[in-house]
Amino acid sequence: MKILTTPHMDRCIGCHSCSLACARLVNKRFSWEAAGIRIESSGGLSSGFLAKRCLACDPAPCVAACPTDCLRQRPGGGVTVRRKLCIRCGECIDVCPVDAIAVDAAGDIYVCLHCGRCVAFCPHDCLEMGSAEIQNMEGEL
Amino acid sequence: MNEDMFRVLLVNLGTGKGRVELIPGRSSALGGSGLAALLFTTYGDPVRPWNDVQQPFILAVGPLTGLFPLMSKTVSAFKSPYHNQYTESHAGGRSALALRFAGYDALVLQGQAATLSCLNISGHQLELKEAGFMAGMNALAAGKVMRRMFKGNSGHRSMLRIGQSGEVGSAMACINVDTYRHFGRLGGGAVLGNKNIKGIVIQGDGNYPLPENKGYPLLFKKVHEMVTDTDMLRKYHNLGTPANLESLNDLQSLPWRNLQQTADAQIEGITGERFADDTLLRNGACSGCPVGCIHIGYVRERFEEKDNRYLYRQVAYDYEPIFAVGSMLGVTKTFDVLRILDILEKVCLDAMSAGVALAWATEATDRGLLSRKETLVPLRFGDATSYMAAAMHLGTGSNEFYRLLGQGTLAAANSYGGSDFACVLGQEMAGYATGEVFFAAQALGFRHSHLDTGGYSYDQKHKEKDVDAAVSFLLQDEPGRCLLTSMVSCLFARSVYSEEMLAECLEVTGYPEMASNLEALGEKIRRHRWQLRFATGFNPDEITLPKRFYKVSTWKGPIDAAYLDTLKSEYGQRIRQLVEKEG
Ligand code: SF4
Ligand code: SF4
Ligand code: SF4
Repeated sequence: MKILTTPHMDRCIGCHSCSLACARLVNKRFSWEAAGIRIESSGGLSSGFLAKRCLACDPAPCVAACPTDCLRQRPGGGVTVRRKLCIRCGECIDVCPVDAIAVDAAGDIYVCLHCGRCVAFCPHDCLEMGSAEIQNMEGEL
Repeated sequence: MNEDMFRVLLVNLGTGKGRVELIPGRSSALGGSGLAALLFTTYGDPVRPWNDVQQPFILAVGPLTGLFPLMSKTVSAFKSPYHNQYTESHAGGRSALALRFAGYDALVLQGQAATLSCLNISGHQLELKEAGFMAGMNALAAGKVMRRMFKGNSGHRSMLRIGQSGEVGSAMACINVDTYRHFGRLGGGAVLGNKNIKGIVIQGDGNYPLPENKGYPLLFKKVHEMVTDTDMLRKYHNLGTPANLESLNDLQSLPWRNLQQTADAQIEGITGERFADDTLLRNGACSGCPVGCIHIGYVRERFEEKDNRYLYRQVAYDYEPIFAVGSMLGVTKTFDVLRILDILEKVCLDAMSAGVALAWATEATDRGLLSRKETLVPLRFGDATSYMAAAMHLGTGSNEFYRLLGQGTLAAANSYGGSDFACVLGQEMAGYATGEVFFAAQALGFRHSHLDTGGYSYDQKHKEKDVDAAVSFLLQDEPGRCLLTSMVSCLFARSVYSEEMLAECLEVTGYPEMASNLEALGEKIRRHRWQLRFATGFNPDEITLPKRFYKVSTWKGPIDAAYLDTLKSEYGQRIRQLVEKEG
């Protein structure tokens, strides 16, 4: 299964269209944070942007850390989420090596599900559904 | 958050404490411009001067902020140091979404911090931090320091700051927003300086429910496609606003060398295409805007004479700043324009105002009204190096002359002579020598901005001299723009956000009452803003047009003095009637 990759972050203009789309369409929230992909400036706007998102580990350390089966291994890498099972323990957040899981004040977590819905909203084609191998070899993060 | 209440954070800078106020009136004041006017009415005083510390500094966003593409602007409102009257100035960057996601419709600053300070707010934070060490710091350095002072939320916060010009009280001092955007005109920087506020960090860390209906994401997608897949906004995406340089020059409508000309073959050096080919590094966007009209160029500087060692800096460019420090100053090389803009960014002066002021100072020098004693550097059209030095002097107020010039070109001209050729239309002119309608429109416009009404485009389409038609156009064009700046939309999206489209957007996001009443609300807000302007001292009859504007020739031929005067007096009268009419 394909995963969300960010091969062209060097084209990013910081418009947040991707994160707002994820929040709106996947998580049904209005927020910069409640999104699987979050855009950070890498030290002020003059040095470009980076995308904080799930890199689709397989096996995923966050799955191992999750005590309730809320996070399960997704075929192709990454996780699936069963929100109802989440007890807001925060264990997954700390074990993720790339800080891909966001958490809000209530303790709800937001992580990329590799659904691809954000891709169409990026005006500079920074995002693509692709494979982890190619992402790591050629892409920008 | 769809109740009738605005959620406003009021901060008393004297005590460093604040409180959240719930203020009724959303269904009639909407947000942005309408909300700012409501808040000034509540917390401001029309009579006391701009620098009375109790006067509020207001930031306001709108009901659609962040909910649709290009709903990405913040309205700032204050009593202006330029004319001591109520005004607004608008900016984007991340400011609008940051304020919305911090959970506020508006931020109101009252009082004065005891020492130079930075304010840090979020949905659950309010902190006034002493920052005396930032005194005299340029705006770009201030941004870097603030990133270190306030950690976290990188990318999800907005940073407003002032440079030296705001600290010295220049009426041309702007507020830098997230490095590449500005609350530019009418001296907002000096208002913050007067309040001892060097910077404001707004952290947008909140997380809110969305309107629960299927129509909202569908309408979002439709608008997103309109702004990205059609040609409606392509101009801003491609060359950006600098595409206008060549077209206005072709129309004999581009001010050159203090408006001594309206066209010049040297335009070739500073067209939008030339900027893109030579200097464009990359683009940027306000948060929530997929168009990304921000164009960022660079300047490169060799800092070792013998060896090849360089540094480079990134400088944003747009039509207006290029007109102001390019054609208006006779500077016709792209990199020279960016070098001057780089200095203006640092001292944090509004580029349009500063460029036009320096153009006047150059002509005044040519005519022997000013000497090196005043200007400190030799001002000559085209001499970018001197203008860089002069920009620094103007921003830091290095002598009495530059301090006075910082209060406005006419303030300096009243003292040194040369008011006939001061290019001032209420404030330093915008880059449109399109004809009589624009001159009258900017001179009397609410913000003295080319975006108050479409006067410049009316000029470009109408050769006939019909006072009533022109004035009616200006009056009819304004309420729609008030609606946009109440939502708060970027005005570049005005072709997309027709009144019908705004109504649809409000409908699906839970504001059916507003949606059904837009026309009347736009009119009401327009009127409220003008009432405040009059109450704080605006008198259209007191505004005179310097002689230079009567000497201009455009594609329509020489300016018709009688037509211009009638337009101005008729427009002034009709604005006055708006305020005086019953209801
Ligand atoms: S959330 Fe983090 S730990 Fe879990 S799969 Fe993604 S990158 Fe790996
Ligand atoms: S791929 Fe899906 S879940 Fe991941 S960031 Fe994009 S929209 Fe969100
Ligand atoms: S939508 Fe594209 S350009 Fe905009 S922030 Fe996301 S990755 Fe960057």
